[in-house]
Amino acid sequence: MRYAAIVIGGGPAGMAAACAVKESEKVLIIEREARLGGILKQCVHDGFGVIRFGEKLSGPEYADRFIEEVYARKNIDVKVLTFVTSIEKENGYYRVSTTSGAGIETHEGENLILANGCRERTARQVNIHGTRPAGLMTAGTAQNLVNLLGVNPAKRCVILGSGDIGLIMARRLTLEGSQVLGVYEAKSSPSGLQRNLQQCLYDFGIPLHLKKTVTLVHGRDRVEGVTVADVDDGMLPIAGTEEYIPCDALIVSVGLIPENELAEKLGVAMDAKTKGPIVDQYMMTTLDGVYSVGNALHVHDLVDYVSEVSETAGKDVGRRKERATIEVLSRGLGYIVPQRIDVKNLEEKTTYYFRTARETGKAKLTVTVNGVEIYSKKYSALRPPEAERVSIKHLLKAGDELKFVLEEDDGGKA
Amino acid sequence: MAERLETICIVCPNGCRLTAVRKGNVIEVSGNKCPRGITYAEAEMTAPKRSFTGTVASVFKEMPVVPVRTAGEVDKAKILEIAARTREILLTRAYAAGEVAEENVCGTGVALIVTTDMRKVTGRTEEL
Repeated sequence: MRYAAIVIGGGPAGMAAACAVKESEKVLIIEREARLGGILKQCVHDGFGVIRFGEKLSGPEYADRFIEEVYARKNIDVKVLTFVTSIEKENGYYRVSTTSGAGIETHEGENLILANGCRERTARQVNIHGTRPAGLMTAGTAQNLVNLLGVNPAKRCVILGSGDIGLIMARRLTLEGSQVLGVYEAKSSPSGLQRNLQQCLYDFGIPLHLKKTVTLVHGRDRVEGVTVADVDDGMLPIAGTEEYIPCDALIVSVGLIPENELAEKLGVAMDAKTKGPIVDQYMMTTLDGVYSVGNALHVHDLVDYVSEVSETAGKDVGRRKERATIEVLSRGLGYIVPQRIDVKNLEEKTTYYFRTARETGKAKLTVTVNGVEIYSKKYSALRPPEAERVSIKHLLKAGDELKFVLEEDDGGKA
Repeated sequence: MAERLETICIVCPNGCRLTAVRKGNVIEVSGNKCPRGITYAEAEMTAPKRSFTGTVASVFKEMPVVPVRTAGEVDKAKILEIAARTREILLTRAYAAGEVAEENVCGTGVALIVTTDMRKVTGRTEEL
């Protein structure tokens, strides 16, 4: 049997995409873990669903709402403990090879929805020197150990990086009785959401050290301590500012990178800024019938928007025949998604997500078509860690120049 | 009680920077984008509240720990006590999502509830 869509990844993105596909179309979700839910399974904290459901849910509760829907749908098949090894493009469809307890299998799908999430940047990737003993781990690994396996990996720890998972784990480890000595951030401003600084650090008196980083890990079998140092504006350690901190764990939360090995092998064009595929407003990549959703597309702040974006892709499956795209141009933005617009299949409104390139005071976003302003929005302040969402009504045709410009209100470039 | 408080609203992801100033019997709040910010800042000035989220242990090997949260907000000052209490609880049967793991946790008047359907993970409903 050939599926209308094969969804790779059974996290929030994959589940929302699968549930949005028309019930007359067969869908297969392939998940490598034993159960659906993705990373939400280990996000026991709350704050999920405020936008979508108007409630503060924990990760498992948010996931369960979609898991129930997936299993209630007769058109969705689920394969868990199944790992995708390769995807080949055939004439008009995709052949997905998997390995699982059932052995090596292949599945055919007319469309592919890549919902395989993102991966954490590791200590190696931020050039920390020294040994690699037990106790050195990413925040996501610590979260998995504490929240799914019930193992506390740290009694006295230092957290490097102020990403949201690091902040969440600072609180979580404190609640588990561990001592969190401090969060060290090489940048001059924190990477996480403001509310997480408040409820995860300030509430517990955990110090946040900006413009400081970990330069060296000590210990042979187990972490015994770390050296921290001030950094200059180029984020390089300043000699003479080193300080030794005894601890038994270093938890790194230094960013997330969309996982796109499969997409790249398929030949999907990538965006160097998002590190995910270039997509149109239906999340279709440059390859016909291949969609990218969730954190594989770009790293989202909120799962509510992951669900929204993924549904857009699911609804589009089997709907469009022809398309004609124009590029979305921008200035002053860290990135914008979608990066191109299918002008042949415009809906009344098109939703864009963007991040500012740098921290701003009062700023104004202006959208122009062929140099004529069609939309503008003012912001009191923008920070790169907080993505913005705008829904715009525009009429576009092939050859039009669509441009987003973000400028600080004082007249200077944002 | 504090006369002036600068804080970050935790109600929604906007994370508004709030300033609350006590003027006689009134607390004036600024920096909020919505009314929930006012309620939040007033509570921060008088009796701060938080939700507790964490895990408790279970007897099931498929699920050595189970996610829990308080059914509503509790006094912020009680959070660490609740955390210590959760480290002592052991669930011996598979709970449904929303089922109470412990009533009136640490005398807060609020229940500690399980936030996932353990029966679906463990495949069993009876007591071990």
